[in-house]
Amino acid sequence: MAKITLSNLAHSYQPTPKTPADFALQTLDHEWQDGTAYALLGPSGCGKSTLLNIISGLLQPSQGRILFDDVDMTQAATSQRNIAQVFQFPVVYDTMTVAENLAFPLKNRKMDSAYISRRVQQVAQMIGLETLMAQKAKGLSADIQQKISLGRGIVREQVNAILFDEPLTVIDPQMKWALRTQLKELHRQLSHTMIYVTHDQTEALTFADQVVVMSEGQVLQIGSPQQLFEQPKHTFVGYFIGSPGMNIIPASIFGNGASITDYTLRLNKHYPVLSGVTTIGIRPEHLTLSSDSSGLPVELLRIEDVGHYKIVRTRHREIAIDVLVGKSFEHSAANCYLSFDPNFSHVYCDDWLVKGQ
Amino acid sequence: MKKTVNQKAWLMVLPVLLLVAFSAIVPLMTVVNYSVQDTFGNNEFFWVGLEWFEEVLHSERIHQALLRQSLFTAIILIIEIPLGIFIALNMPKQKGLWTSLCLVLIALPLLIPWNVVGTIWQVFSRIDIGLLGHSLQALGFDYNYTQDANAAWFTIVLMDVWHWTSLVVLLCYAGLQSIPDAYYQAAKIDQASSWSVFRYIELPKIKGVLIIAILLRFMDSFMIYTEPFVVTGGGPGNATTFLSIDLVKMAIGQFDLGPAAAFSLIYFLVIMLISWVFYTAMIRDEEE
Repeated sequence: MAKITLSNLAHSYQPTPKTPADFALQTLDHEWQDGTAYALLGPSGCGKSTLLNIISGLLQPSQGRILFDDVDMTQAATSQRNIAQVFQFPVVYDTMTVAENLAFPLKNRKMDSAYISRRVQQVAQMIGLETLMAQKAKGLSADIQQKISLGRGIVREQVNAILFDEPLTVIDPQMKWALRTQLKELHRQLSHTMIYVTHDQTEALTFADQVVVMSEGQVLQIGSPQQLFEQPKHTFVGYFIGSPGMNIIPASIFGNGASITDYTLRLNKHYPVLSGVTTIGIRPEHLTLSSDSSGLPVELLRIEDVGHYKIVRTRHREIAIDVLVGKSFEHSAANCYLSFDPNFSHVYCDDWLVKGQ
Repeated sequence: MKKTVNQKAWLMVLPVLLLVAFSAIVPLMTVVNYSVQDTFGNNEFFWVGLEWFEEVLHSERIHQALLRQSLFTAIILIIEIPLGIFIALNMPKQKGLWTSLCLVLIALPLLIPWNVVGTIWQVFSRIDIGLLGHSLQALGFDYNYTQDANAAWFTIVLMDVWHWTSLVVLLCYAGLQSIPDAYYQAAKIDQASSWSVFRYIELPKIKGVLIIAILLRFMDSFMIYTEPFVVTGGGPGNATTFLSIDLVKMAIGQFDLGPAAAFSLIYFLVIMLISWVFYTAMIRDEEE
């Protein structure tokens, strides 16, 4: 168990990177607190697996340092870091039984055999594999094999952190829920630091205490699911998290107001003069649709019923805006107006959140 | 729904049947024909039943050839399979010029016609002008493959290893390339020794291609003819007279068509039987 510190860390797969675009991972400083469940969330190719492999030592960063409890581990080999990792595809040792698979990391570390069999039994109970212990790992279903991979990770008690690289990709949807719940439960029991890489926001938000949102090699925001939802620091975070994502509406900002085309929106904070592309970001949840003509006039395009609520797709001139409404919503008037919740109307300048006074 | 019976479909397989008949069935049946008859020339044949088979099965000379053959196949399998795996494990894995160069170098012996391989080694091993033969003599070894049986065996085995280890290397290399990186990464995290990585990851994953490699090397070496024929001609004495060399001697040298035909049928059945055992083992492995 350890606190993991990334200091001035960056990585490029090219030998001599020149422009920032050459970096798969932009310069990053971060401290992973001991015992916290983190999720690394971002689209495919955003550098999250790179970051994970740097932490586990499978990859040497081209710049910066990694510290485990303030001890520099940048050059340390994977085996010295005492880290467990679960991969996208289940990795099991085919010729071994389930029990032998679980015992393998302990045997390699020359542990006492009485301890090994006790510990393996314990871990098997935690992940629900007791009945399969004598079976060969080959030929078991993907979710069970993934459980074995996970088991090999947690079988070492003193492991510094457990890393997950999109571990549920090949698992059937109904098993996904079960495994995710089990992971969360394991985190509660073991309180290891866990870092979970995924491109699925539901997985990230349900698993993690802290979510790290990445895009194009850059960490955009680190925060609790609630913070990411209510205060996205970057338009990408707003758009990527939530279904549908946050509306990004071009607007010019003046003092405590914003004008969207010829409509003026009151903001409850005062903003300085901004240079750059300014937008208003507001989540579909924080917009209300009414026939009150003081709002932003919009044209109704279509209504999607997703069960417990409805998504209304609207348009103001060429700007698409999504609104979330209750399931009892019925389309009435042709002319609709949107009113904004000023507490959740955020101002962005060049895609980054601007804090008002 | 009632199926219509259409016998015209047989016409479709006719070309293949004809081809197989001329390429395999007719020649094979000719051999069967010879194996149960005796002839004194003039195209006159006498029925002798299974006499030739009995003779061949009790022939001391063929027992000796079979013994030499089995020993040879065992030796080259024991050398080539581990050596092939070892080389494949140490081949560069990343794509690049160096890897391509290695692959071409490895594949080179496989591209040389067999009698040329024999000629190369025949010249290479000569004690007067051959690099290998002359060097060994110069180093003080009593090496002369035309007179000493051990030297002849050494030359033939070395030649076969040079010629065919590449096949094992290439097959194993292909098998190794198909192992996802995650396995090696997981092994690192589990602190597995390099022996464990081989034993629990690489060997199980290449098992399929390895069985094919063993099967091919078994079949080819058990039927070996061209290279030892060119290098030693089966000598000195009968020291390197393997089954097919003996067979050719019997059929063409002595013109004993009947015994030779019986011999080749038994030879054929032995190879088929052992190959079938390998094949069954392979299928069972896949089903597991």
